[in-house]
Amino acid sequence: MELVKELREIQTLQGHTDRVWSLAWNPATGVAGIPLSFASCSGDKTVRIWEQNPSTSSWDCKAVLDETHTRTVRSCAWSPSGKLLATASFDATTAIWENVGGDYECVASLEGHENEVKSVCWNPSGSMLTTCGRDKSVWVWEVLPGNEFDCVSVLQGHTQDVKMVQWHPTRNLIFSCSYDNTVKIWADDGDDDDWACVQTLGRSHLVRWQVPSPMSGSGHSSTVWALSFNASGDKVVTCSDDLTLKIWGSDDTKMPADGFAPWRHLCTLSGYHDRTIFSVHWSRDSIIASGAADDAIRFFVENDEQDGLVDGPSYKLLLRKENAHDMDINSVQWSPGEDQFLASAADDGTIKIWELTSDSC
Amino acid sequence: MVSELINANPVIYEKKERRVRSVPSAAADEYAVEPIDQQEIFDILSDPEHPYSLEELKVITEDAIEVDDGRGYVRVTFTPTVEHCSMATVIGLCLRVKLLRSLPSRYKVDIRVAPGSHATEAAVNKQLNDKERVAAALENPGLVDMVDECLSPSYE
Repeated sequence: MELVKELREIQTLQGHTDRVWSLAWNPATGVAGIPLSFASCSGDKTVRIWEQNPSTSSWDCKAVLDETHTRTVRSCAWSPSGKLLATASFDATTAIWENVGGDYECVASLEGHENEVKSVCWNPSGSMLTTCGRDKSVWVWEVLPGNEFDCVSVLQGHTQDVKMVQWHPTRNLIFSCSYDNTVKIWADDGDDDDWACVQTLGRSHLVRWQVPSPMSGSGHSSTVWALSFNASGDKVVTCSDDLTLKIWGSDDTKMPADGFAPWRHLCTLSGYHDRTIFSVHWSRDSIIASGAADDAIRFFVENDEQDGLVDGPSYKLLLRKENAHDMDINSVQWSPGEDQFLASAADDGTIKIWELTSDSC
Repeated sequence: MVSELINANPVIYEKKERRVRSVPSAAADEYAVEPIDQQEIFDILSDPEHPYSLEELKVITEDAIEVDDGRGYVRVTFTPTVEHCSMATVIGLCLRVKLLRSLPSRYKVDIRVAPGSHATEAAVNKQLNDKERVAAALENPGLVDMVDECLSPSYE
């Protein structure tokens, strides 16, 4: 019996007056009766907090965080406890907001990047923060008591602006992806915050306007916009301006804490989007969602009908949603909690909430 | 602002004669949707009031505009006047902003320099088509002033 998946549009959220760049679900919501909540950030220089109304199930804007960032807010990320929200802006700062009984107060502003900050994320324990930006660097910050943040390391290595940073879910590794077409993996050698690049996932000197050949190398041939880990952390998916998604794997999670097993290219998904893929997110139950400048959302799952000839996993398209938005899709994110939703953010200024349902036939 | 002209003596070409656009006859439905075509995009981009228009400098020609109104897609291929023209990115940015302000939002736009026309072709193309970099550039007041000045004769 085959399960047929269907994507149901739950609600369109309006409020931002410019493109919505990114959104982040609060990881501490959706469980134990706490209503699901997420933050969105926009070219309108504001951040909005949205929450599901438990009685009506509809989504409402609970707060607008404005008058702090003076330019586009490019990215936002919740601390694991859901108490702090970090927002990265083109104004060269990263703001830290504390949720005080539903009111959001800006408690810190991290300065140091020369210009646009493009991405921010927390480590799994919430003790560290990472930012990256146009100045080609990745900054590692330590979270100290009293909302103090100390920059402990500045990682140089990318040759162009860094689009996104993500911490590995279980290992002490930072992954960064860039306009220089590569993904870099950074490790702390255990010695007093001495971070170093341990691997670069890339290829040599092929540029976008040449026709990329799938056989010419394993790395991306244009800007890598985003990356996402699977639940166990032994795989990562990356998406790119070269119109492909790539899946990488490692035995790293089986290594002792101070060991490192290199990541290798497992497979490339091409031919599914026909404009830049800006966002990819791997769900807890192993469904990859991708959102792109072709206004479409795609879903992929690992292909379990292996014919035995292929060494390594392959992935198949589960569902396609054309015209999910009227304009480019910049971010797709699966929710935490028992009921899993997908939220998408777009250039049309809207956020949509979707539910992937199964109908057995 | 640019204090010296980068190409002080450009070669000026004659404008191509306009083909007459078909005007719907009076009997036709005046509310019928008229698709956007190559010539309309060209008219948006080549401002006839500008002393030396992009057309006269052969930076853009009508043939270098590909448009598919059904799909909502435009690709403009422009030719910088000199191979090392440092203004190529600015010209490209002006073309993008002009189309952004003129076309319906459903349109997808690609801007590129003509193959072989610029020393750092791939780098210019990549930058012009990275919307995050374009968005950041358009928050830079100096650059916006330059773009507005470039577009001023027709942009009101």
